[in-house]
Amino acid sequence: MTSARSRAGVRRRPQRHLPLQVLLGFLVVYFLVPFWWVIVNSSKDAPGLFGGGNTLWFADRIDYLGNLQQLFTYDNGIYGRWILNSTLYAFAGGIGATILSVMAGYGFAKYRFAARRFSFALVLGALMVPATALVIPTFVMFSEFGLTNTIWAVILPSLLNPFGVYLMHVYARDAVPDEILDAARADGAGEIRTFLQVAFPLMRPAVVTVLLLSAVASWNNYFLPLAMLSDNRLFPVTVGLGLWQGIASANNAGSTSLWSLIILGALVSVVPLVIAFFSLQRHWRGGLSVGGLR
Amino acid sequence: MIEKGAQSARDKPTTRGKVRLREHVMGWFFVGPFGIVFLALLIAPLAYALYLSLFQKKLIGGTSFVFLDNYVKAFTDPSFLSGSWFVIRFSLVSIPLQIIIALAMALILDAVTSLFARFSRLMIFLPYAIPTVIGAVMWGFLYSRSFGPLSDLFSLFGATPPDFLGSSLIFYGLVNIVTWQWAGYYMIILYAALQGIDPALYEAARMDGAGKWQIALRIKIPLIAPALLLILVFSLIGTLQFFNEPQILRSLAAGTIGPDFTPNMYAYQQAFALANFNYGSAISFALGGIVFVGVYAFLFFTRKRRSFL
Repeated sequence: MTSARSRAGVRRRPQRHLPLQVLLGFLVVYFLVPFWWVIVNSSKDAPGLFGGGNTLWFADRIDYLGNLQQLFTYDNGIYGRWILNSTLYAFAGGIGATILSVMAGYGFAKYRFAARRFSFALVLGALMVPATALVIPTFVMFSEFGLTNTIWAVILPSLLNPFGVYLMHVYARDAVPDEILDAARADGAGEIRTFLQVAFPLMRPAVVTVLLLSAVASWNNYFLPLAMLSDNRLFPVTVGLGLWQGIASANNAGSTSLWSLIILGALVSVVPLVIAFFSLQRHWRGGLSVGGLR
Repeated sequence: MIEKGAQSARDKPTTRGKVRLREHVMGWFFVGPFGIVFLALLIAPLAYALYLSLFQKKLIGGTSFVFLDNYVKAFTDPSFLSGSWFVIRFSLVSIPLQIIIALAMALILDAVTSLFARFSRLMIFLPYAIPTVIGAVMWGFLYSRSFGPLSDLFSLFGATPPDFLGSSLIFYGLVNIVTWQWAGYYMIILYAALQGIDPALYEAARMDGAGKWQIALRIKIPLIAPALLLILVFSLIGTLQFFNEPQILRSLAAGTIGPDFTPNMYAYQQAFALANFNYGSAISFALGGIVFVGVYAFLFFTRKRRSFL
């Protein structure tokens, strides 16, 4: 954002209020405790986990490798499959939703076509429809087409992202000047070429944001795949770990080893998301402010 | 919305009709693919849910049209009512709490510029990158009496640890999980809005004798009102369809969280455990309708402020 630079000019020295930094320290501890617990306890074997040692510190035996091997071989390596499924759902849903959102947002922002206002009002209304209200009727519809318990039952509903359309509309309206589009048209570029070569590069920060948000939404999805899928070989990792957790709590004593798998499984499943957010943070933070500012 | 750029180079009278036709065709070319998905996966399921909710499956005589009976049943069903009541109480406590914490953190991070502040910003945001299901699993561990740290911490002082999975504290146990998960995301949205404010305004206010608190209360907060409204709407929509966290904690907190704990869980149980899709659809549709009307009314009454829509 441009204002960050001018801001730095006004505030010459860094501000470091000590009391506020101490307060921040406490907040950071609160937000990190669950991660710390998971990191520490995924290094333990079942006796270490249940042996009554310090639950916030490592046991004598640190066995990440052994636990990882167990995690990825348990039940014929079903966990690895869940991670691959989540990846597929996140990519297919994320990329599909982004393409649809970018096109629709640009269309709404730059063309005045029949029923445009009405259609856009519908999209805004859809922002307020809770996604979970759609799960049951979508399930019944899909079961009539024989689509339930297939990957399409998870991918198709993730293509719908009204917030992405709204975000792209706002961004295209402000970041893509009509004059540039007109200039491209005057130079003889067709509408599609103008979109791809002139408008699209200008919209890139918002595109990255929408892509990231829709991919994460698909990766995090739980209710929809829980309802749609019955074959556990199609589960995403969220539903899979939920299944394991249910089994482990149901026969508490008998499945101590499953608990350590769940803990490490939770840790492994968040690594891709954390990497995605951290490596792309420059892009999505700028894009996120769009929705809140106009 | 201001319609700009309609004129400029392209409305010479002779080509005008052609240009207008092109606008319509190209507009629908770009919006059309999303429109198809929108019709197939939003409008159709909603219409279908409405349709399903008007029927009832009877043991004798098959499925019959019962008009609004399912809705009458829902709004007199203690399970649906208690779930709705829980979600309303939960919204009243957790939404203000999340927003106040997010706002406080955003203001602190806007005021403090140090390496540690930058690090903190990322760490506070981190829980958002975690699927809600995994977040609930993690906190389930921490609450657990068999391997969570609470028993250790409290036995240091010879006290009995609180049981956040028990019926008296589950409410706060869930408030904590939701706050942990979402406050950082809301903080980032507010922080981005604060960073967008022109710092010259602070200079001017300081020259008029405003202190740090006055600048925060009278300049920063009013200027990020649209972003506050945005996160309020997000949290309202999210909280009213509460499902993932209680569903995951159910297995750990057996007896505390029943299958009718929230309306969504109840609809899920009716549809998928009892195969009663008609009643499940009615609950879903009623819930969706309430959220829609609630949020719409809220936005309508706050329209005077530059809303985000």
